[in-house]
Amino acid sequence: MEKLRARFRSINRDTRRDMFNYLLVIVVFVIMQLAVSGDLVSNSMQGQLVPICAYITMALSLNLTVGILGELSLGHGAFMSAGAFVGVLFTTLTQESIPSDGLRMLLAFVVGAVVAGLLGVIIGIPVLRLRGDYLAIVTLGFGEIVKNLLNVLYVGVDKDGLHATISSNGIVLGEGGQVIISGAMGISGRRISTFTMGFVLVLVALIIIQNLVRSRAGRAIMSIRDNRIAAEAMGINVTKYKLLAFTISAAIAGMAGVLYGHNYSSLQASKFDYNMSIQVLLFVVLGGMGSMRGSIIAATVLTILPEMLRGLKDYRMLFYAIVLIVVMIFNQSPQVAQWRAGLMEKMPHFGKKAGAKKEGN
Amino acid sequence: MEFLSYLLTGISLGSVYAIIALGYSMVYGIAKMLNFAHGDVIMVGGYMVFIFMNSLGLPAIVAILGAMAVCTLLGVVIERVAYKPLRSAGSLAVLITAIGVSYLLQNLALIIWGSTPKSFPSVVSFDGIKIGALSISGETIVTVLVSAVIMVALTLFINHSKTGHAMQAVAEDKGAAQLMGINVDATISITFAIGSALAAIAGALLCSTYPLLQPTTGAMPGIRAFVAAVFGGIGSIPGAMLGGILLGIIESLSKAYISTQLSDAVLFTVLIVVLLVKPTGLLGKKISEKV
Amino acid sequence: MALLEVTNLGIAFGGLQAVAQLDMKIEKGHLYGLIGPNGAGKTTVFNMLTGVYKPTEGDIILDGKNVTGKSAEKICRAGVARTFQNIRLFSNMTVLDNVKVGLHNQISYGLLTGILRLPGYFTKEKAMNERAMELLKIFDLDGEAHMLASSLPYGKQRKLEIARALATNPKLLLLDEPAAGMNPNETAELMETVRFVKDKFKIAILLIEHDMNFVMGICEHITVLDYGRVIASGTGDQVRNNPKVIAAYLGGD
Repeated sequence: MEKLRARFRSINRDTRRDMFNYLLVIVVFVIMQLAVSGDLVSNSMQGQLVPICAYITMALSLNLTVGILGELSLGHGAFMSAGAFVGVLFTTLTQESIPSDGLRMLLAFVVGAVVAGLLGVIIGIPVLRLRGDYLAIVTLGFGEIVKNLLNVLYVGVDKDGLHATISSNGIVLGEGGQVIISGAMGISGRRISTFTMGFVLVLVALIIIQNLVRSRAGRAIMSIRDNRIAAEAMGINVTKYKLLAFTISAAIAGMAGVLYGHNYSSLQASKFDYNMSIQVLLFVVLGGMGSMRGSIIAATVLTILPEMLRGLKDYRMLFYAIVLIVVMIFNQSPQVAQWRAGLMEKMPHFGKKAGAKKEGN
Repeated sequence: MEFLSYLLTGISLGSVYAIIALGYSMVYGIAKMLNFAHGDVIMVGGYMVFIFMNSLGLPAIVAILGAMAVCTLLGVVIERVAYKPLRSAGSLAVLITAIGVSYLLQNLALIIWGSTPKSFPSVVSFDGIKIGALSISGETIVTVLVSAVIMVALTLFINHSKTGHAMQAVAEDKGAAQLMGINVDATISITFAIGSALAAIAGALLCSTYPLLQPTTGAMPGIRAFVAAVFGGIGSIPGAMLGGILLGIIESLSKAYISTQLSDAVLFTVLIVVLLVKPTGLLGKKISEKV
Repeated sequence: MALLEVTNLGIAFGGLQAVAQLDMKIEKGHLYGLIGPNGAGKTTVFNMLTGVYKPTEGDIILDGKNVTGKSAEKICRAGVARTFQNIRLFSNMTVLDNVKVGLHNQISYGLLTGILRLPGYFTKEKAMNERAMELLKIFDLDGEAHMLASSLPYGKQRKLEIARALATNPKLLLLDEPAAGMNPNETAELMETVRFVKDKFKIAILLIEHDMNFVMGICEHITVLDYGRVIASGTGDQVRNNPKVIAAYLGGD
């Protein structure tokens, strides 16, 4: 009976943690909504609301790959840009057939997720067999490939239908034709994503990832992260679960792209470069690898903070770099961990917290 | 004839990649880590040569030696401060830290030297030769010669010096090397020192051929050189050389005959194909995990 | 028919013949020992039996099915589970979750059931928790179910590895030095537990162990390996008195 109760408490503890995260997102959303309607939020900050949601979603997506699967992807920007371009293309083409912005966006999210997810499968199959370091480079390369291709991609529509070409000379359309994707100039669409959509997206991504982590598949994924050989010996299909995690992560990044893409009237592939991938990685590392709550907080704070500290703009990236290094050494170095453990023993009040790391909270 | 001159450009560029790839390959072989910041050490080397030549008016060879000294110090400091504390942590932790160091160097350079590209004075002072319609620039000749000399010297050093043997031992098995009385920390530091000194040379040669110097100058060549190291077989000196030159040729030809914008796409496609067909690279050996 | 029949098994790494001409028969419900000096190839045998290494010659027949050269994952599904000499737990997961990974193919539900939390999720998770707690209880680990695996003391980590292996519902359990690093009390306790496990789950157990009291105390049949070849096999007494075995252990010719 005693044991049963202990177990009950623990299941509750996991669920409680998850619920707290949902609540956090909802409360922040409600407060922000009230603040916006009460005109308490500056214009520039209002403009940041949708991008923040996109960044949070990206951080959650990358955290699934880095913190839960234990692999480093430096090409997550590519999934995001694929989602953005496909999503905007979709809403532009269906402008007349589906008049409702909301419904069109909903479908765009689905299309973006599917396309990015498929890309995830295509790149994942060859890449996930590789050792970690190679995987990082190949995903980085994949990001470059997508960026390069989008930079020479022209898509337009005229009365004969949709035309696409990869060239450096642009596209020739019939009379009254409209160019939608114009090579390095990027894609032009309409700004129809809203803060509410962003909020729902964050919530959906959070639910997917948290439920995954607490399920059979999630445990299989984490077991591969912790010890691949033991996972195989337990009958886990390593390739399958790596691919699964990577694909879900890519699909979520694609949805973040759809949201982000509809926040601008024009968007270039060059926006989703290496710097963006690093920035998202910083959110994940700073928030704590494997901690979804940490990712949400880090993405929010690190997007708002530079807005507020405009004077230090030049030093922002430098600051990011230093933080990245210091946090990694502080969290991952065995010597530092020992030193911290020693410190904890001297201060028993704080000691309790140790040991509950990386379980996904 | 046109093809030949593209080929030459490729070989020259590839020789620079080869020098950079040697640094990657040695560090990867011995410290078992991907030193993402290696490309940015090249950039620092470039700026040092630039400062020594332009501001201090030193001769090219002195400027390069000075840059090598600075980069050697930088490489060792990076290893000691950022990588050493994480040596027994997972590879993911080191990799992310290395990315942080790379980012740090780029942004420090941005603050110190600004984003405006500097036009780099060539370190090569003779004009090159002409064979019929084909002209070979001085930079090309020097680059190819220098990389060949470096490769031979490095091979001799690793196979015939005490330090070289220690490096091989550490690459094989850190624990066992330690038991044999080899100072593992010092050996890893030396590896970083050599790799970083080579990066300074690469920086001088790279900027002499492509005379625009800015904080991101080292980033892409660095990544391309890593691809070259993987292509040739990581941990192998001739492999790095072969991979570098092949990659330079692929880049030059794809820029000429496919598209300038797509040359990186071609490059990374080659990488993916190589890793699929022969994950150990052209001249690499297999590493298996002990159970 | 024997549960496991190994004939003429061998593996060479490059030019080095690590194991050669190994024959072995394992019957259901019995305890077997595999002993030999350091470097005799014992763990290599385990690695071949569990699909970590592909044998270069010979056959492994499990329950009438040829599993030679199959992947580790497939061999686990076929009914062979193992522990590792150098402990390989999922260290950032809880003790309970470690065992639940072992249950992966025993209690199963789909990806969407998990992500959407369909009713099946709750019933299956409950069943998994119950089964896992039963296993943990056998090894007296139920009190630590919610601790991180890495925070367990060494001896308990070894026990957790056995519990996790049992979760895969094996027909044959391979234990690689289960008593390493344990004190005599813990070792005695572990002997009891191993016997109990064999009887309760009606499985065969093959173990590698350097502690001779442990091996002689519980193994009904012992195979001795030296330089990758079997030099003796039989009961504890037969093996103990075999001059070849004595020579191998004392280092004589």
